[in-house]
Amino acid sequence: MTSTAKAVSLHLCIIVVLFALNFLLPEYHRGILSRVMVLSVFAMGYNLAFGYAGLLSLGHAMFFAAGLYGAGLTIYHLGWSAWPALAAGLGAGAILALVAGFLALRTRGVAFMIVTLMFAQAFYLATLYFTTYTRGEEGLVLPQSARNLSFPGANLDPTVPATRYMLALALLTVILFLLLFLVRSSFGRALVAVRENEERMRMLGYDVFANKLAALVVSGVICAAAGAAYAILFGYAGAGFASIQYSILPLLWVLLGGAATTLGPIVGTLFMFYAVDVTSSYTNAYMLVVGIALILLVLYFPKGIAGAVRARWLPWLP
Amino acid sequence: MAFGPYLLLAGLEGLVTAAVLALMALGLSLVFGVMRVVNVAHGEFYMLGAVLAWWFASLVSGHPALGFLLALIASPMVVAAIAFAADRLVLRRLNYEPEATIVATIGLLYIIQQLALTFFGPEARPVQPPFDMRLSLPWFGYSAYKLAVIAASACLILATWIMLTRTRAGLLMRATQSDRETAQAFGIPVDRVYAGVFALGAGLAALAAVLIVPIQQAHYLMGQDPLLLSFIVVIIGGLGSLRGTVVAALLIGLSDGIISMFFSPTLAKMLATLLVALVLVFRPQGLFGTAAR
Repeated sequence: MTSTAKAVSLHLCIIVVLFALNFLLPEYHRGILSRVMVLSVFAMGYNLAFGYAGLLSLGHAMFFAAGLYGAGLTIYHLGWSAWPALAAGLGAGAILALVAGFLALRTRGVAFMIVTLMFAQAFYLATLYFTTYTRGEEGLVLPQSARNLSFPGANLDPTVPATRYMLALALLTVILFLLLFLVRSSFGRALVAVRENEERMRMLGYDVFANKLAALVVSGVICAAAGAAYAILFGYAGAGFASIQYSILPLLWVLLGGAATTLGPIVGTLFMFYAVDVTSSYTNAYMLVVGIALILLVLYFPKGIAGAVRARWLPWLP
Repeated sequence: MAFGPYLLLAGLEGLVTAAVLALMALGLSLVFGVMRVVNVAHGEFYMLGAVLAWWFASLVSGHPALGFLLALIASPMVVAAIAFAADRLVLRRLNYEPEATIVATIGLLYIIQQLALTFFGPEARPVQPPFDMRLSLPWFGYSAYKLAVIAASACLILATWIMLTRTRAGLLMRATQSDRETAQAFGIPVDRVYAGVFALGAGLAALAAVLIVPIQQAHYLMGQDPLLLSFIVVIIGGLGSLRGTVVAALLIGLSDGIISMFFSPTLAKMLATLLVALVLVFRPQGLFGTAAR
């Protein structure tokens, strides 16, 4: 088999396994997995900017929150139905990523980290400032009726756990294959080259700024898609999702799973969720366990889980 | 109260914020400048300094000044020792790679925060100020301790500056900062300099916390906001520029004090962060830094 065929069949296998798990898992774990799938889309979006293009942003919470509020506010205040609200979320993410990227990409390295952090912080404070509309930390609880996704011939209600799981899986599948295609395209290769040596790419005649901006916008839109999906599937939009913590979490998930691997973000998100879940059932000091796990992982698996697998056993892993 | 005295009060409050912020940011700037490590756990060293200050102060009965004095000496020492151990056990093994150290310091943040929550508890606890005196100005009374904090911080910053520019240890640090490999070739024990700088940075954060803890209470989440502010200060001031760090701390502290007294604090913070971001976009080397080499 060629490496392309291997990669595509591996990804298909994972989707099939996730599909089967819907019927095998008990209710509690199915709930966790639905959430993990939506949040790993967030991590996958982050991975495109951080892992592939080398843009260490500390402000991706604003893109997630743009999607969350783009969908949440239009449903709550304008009474839009789910599909236009999803589109509004994506649009909000795209515009924000375009503006933030246009400004922030003038800087690099540490300054880029801080500028994105500041933008995200300003966005977070804005969600608190306009508390009449967003209800701040308390958040909006979206009415069930507005969250139905109408397809020709069917009307899917995301409050039903199985439906919610399938919708999350559908989103994950679309984004996973989109990214698999993107990172193997010439655009994806150019991003990796920019990450490795920006000067050389510029000398070869590539427009480095345009490539980075495109990467950031696509990344922002994917994160916004995760946010909008979160609002629609789980019916909640709160300022907590715009806080710094949600900028650091995707970084953590990606680094754990393996930066610049297509499956790493899913592995990392899943690992983190279950690390917290398992340890919090034994002790309430779960942060300690997570902290120690992080340090051990970074000491002994610096490339992340999928990265280590690629380095040792499966060199074709995308 | 008339506008003038009101502004004076806001300015004084801002100065106290600036004094503490400058000390903390100085520690972050040293670690950042010499080691190129983004220390996300810096805020937790600050919190640890405050929590330990409460613990040491509660050990001593009698005049509150005694307990405070013990805390002022012991708490930064303990925090510096913890930072030294963290550098030896974790950061050095990671070869100070930027991304790996960020994750490691996030891990450290979780660990310290959890330990503080477990052993110190979720409630905020006060420390008695060493002296309780009010200076009566014509318009309002003002705590003399707050003025002492400003003075103490100024002295400590001066001491750090003298240490960096006039002593052998400072020379070694500056040599390591400007070129690690050449410094090593000249026989400077770079490893030990790194461990020392990391401990010194954490110690400065702890000192700042001990000074502030009689004004604000010790709480296990108190490290978050100052961390963000000191990042802003370090970046605005320019990497590794001591003068820049101090000026930026004054700027941020004063404007924070004054703006939030006259406008909604949330709006003030929002505008300030946006302004900072735009300064960085159009002047990435900071206001006082030299262009990156």
